[in-house]
Amino acid sequence: MSAERRRPLLVRVLLQPAVAVGLSLTDWDLLLRQARRSNLAGKLAEQMERGGWLDSLPEPVRPHLRAALLLSRRQAQMLRREVDLLRRTLAELPGPLILLKGAAYVLGGHAPAPGRMFSDIDLLIPLEQLPRCETTLLVHGWDFDEGLDAYDQRYYRDWMHELPPLHHKRRGTSLDLHHALLPPTARTPLDSRALFDAPRALPGFPGVFELPPEDMLLHSAAHLFHEGELPNGLRDLFDLDALLREFGAIEGFWPRLTARARRIGLTRPLWLALRYTRMLLDTPWPDALLEELGPPPGTLALRLLDACYRRALRPAHDSCRLPGHELAEAALYVRSHWLRMPFGLLARHLLRKAWTRMTATPEVPKVDTP
Amino acid sequence: MRLQDIDTPRLRARMRDGGVTLRLSPFTVRVRSDIPHLADDIATMYRDFELVDEREFVDFHVAVLRSPHWLSRLQGRAEFWFDGQRSFTPLPAAQALAMLEWGINWCIAAHAHQYLLIHAAVLERGGRALLMPAPPGSGKSTLCAALAHRGWRLLSDELGLLDMTTGLVHGMARPINLKNASIPLIRAFAPEAVFSASMPNTSKGTVALVRAPQASIQARLTPARPAWVVLPAWRAESPAALMPIERAQAFMGLAEQSFNYDVHGQAGFQALGRLVGSCGCYRFEYSRLDEALTHFDRLAQAAPASAPDPLPEHAR
Repeated sequence: MSAERRRPLLVRVLLQPAVAVGLSLTDWDLLLRQARRSNLAGKLAEQMERGGWLDSLPEPVRPHLRAALLLSRRQAQMLRREVDLLRRTLAELPGPLILLKGAAYVLGGHAPAPGRMFSDIDLLIPLEQLPRCETTLLVHGWDFDEGLDAYDQRYYRDWMHELPPLHHKRRGTSLDLHHALLPPTARTPLDSRALFDAPRALPGFPGVFELPPEDMLLHSAAHLFHEGELPNGLRDLFDLDALLREFGAIEGFWPRLTARARRIGLTRPLWLALRYTRMLLDTPWPDALLEELGPPPGTLALRLLDACYRRALRPAHDSCRLPGHELAEAALYVRSHWLRMPFGLLARHLLRKAWTRMTATPEVPKVDTP
Repeated sequence: MRLQDIDTPRLRARMRDGGVTLRLSPFTVRVRSDIPHLADDIATMYRDFELVDEREFVDFHVAVLRSPHWLSRLQGRAEFWFDGQRSFTPLPAAQALAMLEWGINWCIAAHAHQYLLIHAAVLERGGRALLMPAPPGSGKSTLCAALAHRGWRLLSDELGLLDMTTGLVHGMARPINLKNASIPLIRAFAPEAVFSASMPNTSKGTVALVRAPQASIQARLTPARPAWVVLPAWRAESPAALMPIERAQAFMGLAEQSFNYDVHGQAGFQALGRLVGSCGCYRFEYSRLDEALTHFDRLAQAAPASAPDPLPEHAR
């Protein structure tokens, strides 16, 4: 079987949108489900629209794609409004307020933006401004989830690089407030301060910034490859793919990228990002790049990583699960915590989580029922 | 083939294995379940609906399955799944039918943005549609069930699908969802109505479903043009009264009860503006069904409103 045949339908279509024209209704049934579960329906719809195929697709398919298009464009519009409100709320802070991930792609007009769906805004601020920022937000209608117990609060505050998620009481928006790149207890020594070196102003949003291209890419890579749960793994990989293609066209980008990775201490996540974007999405980058990132993982470690990420970075739909999926998920979960915490802390934390999971009824997303 | 053409054991088996695909026009829904009594409930509520060939395109793949979690399983709970993803809190398996109905509504509300989706009872008479948007507890479903058994055609008791291009409302003639005291009330009011088993202790109290009347099911593919927007409110001991309201108030009632008004932005604003512009708009208070029905009969007998009042410029 060729690599092309082994690829999930969703990946094949997103890499070569023209393929979609020849799909049967049964294929579309599956494709839409894979796209929805991977949070990539908006991207798929944008690609169909841009290729001019949307109106010629089978009749039952069109409303689904039009709905996804409408929803993702609406989200982008609401995001602008929300960031503008946040900017006003936090105007008194010295700043800078730096948008990360999805919000930065959309407001900065970057390649992953079209059709990007997201559930929260990620905002980075200097650590010393965190208490004031938190208070200001609480005063202006933001709040933490009710379900957080004291343990969760402590977990976030002592060991994490972000506060527990905040949400706005009236507007329902979610906000992740970051103060560092990765957890301060992380195994790999990192220089989070470096992220504040050269923020770029976002036009139309005074006081709001995005990271420069190298840092934006490194931050996204660090997140994906330190994350223990990857509900949006494939979408995040497509983000990296789009960023690499976009920034790769900028003069002198590649040497700056590797230099930056060494400076901040993110050579390993970049190495992994390059490996899996190329392996799974044919992303172009100069072949000499890998060698500049220091020694690769050992053979055994690499085989394990491959086995895990090949599974975790497939569409989050049952039709795409490979044997060993659950084991891979569990391994990545432990790895992420291993990277994140010293051993004693890790053991305590995992025990606690396992106990909660065994005894509580399963967590489910809350939805309003009509 | 219609659902009633398969016998119960075969339906149960098919639901357990691959699932059955129901044509709930304009949508196609595949339902899988390992709960035998859910198959029976579906057979009762949807017996006149068509089954779709296995190879056809399906809009929503849903399942109601016994909970795999040991604690939930011990408590006999069931879960709603939308295409491999669990949603909602697990509920007692006895409430499987209610959970399926809520789940299908949620699938539509979260995805079918080709329509402006309004949480409203929709009924039709003489080609004209009555929309009753209302929050829970307003007596909307009770009124809807009563009207549906007295000469009005049921399009929907919860979900009006407004086509923003044609201005027509589509319904699916799915079962009516009754709660608590409404259940014995409608049983007495319309003895011919077909009820599901009552499901006690749901988040909304006791719930029972009523199958849409035969004529409504037969005509379910025909949409209707909105003629009245009525905001109902049940008040103990109050005499029935139908009071005209400002179009703006009806507009707000519809917008508040819409699942995706915000998604549609300006297009949604204009569509609702056109809708209330061509409708008679009322508030309706009632406590007794007989009395209520006379008001609606009178409404239906009155000549259609002539050319609608012009809307203020900004609302067009």
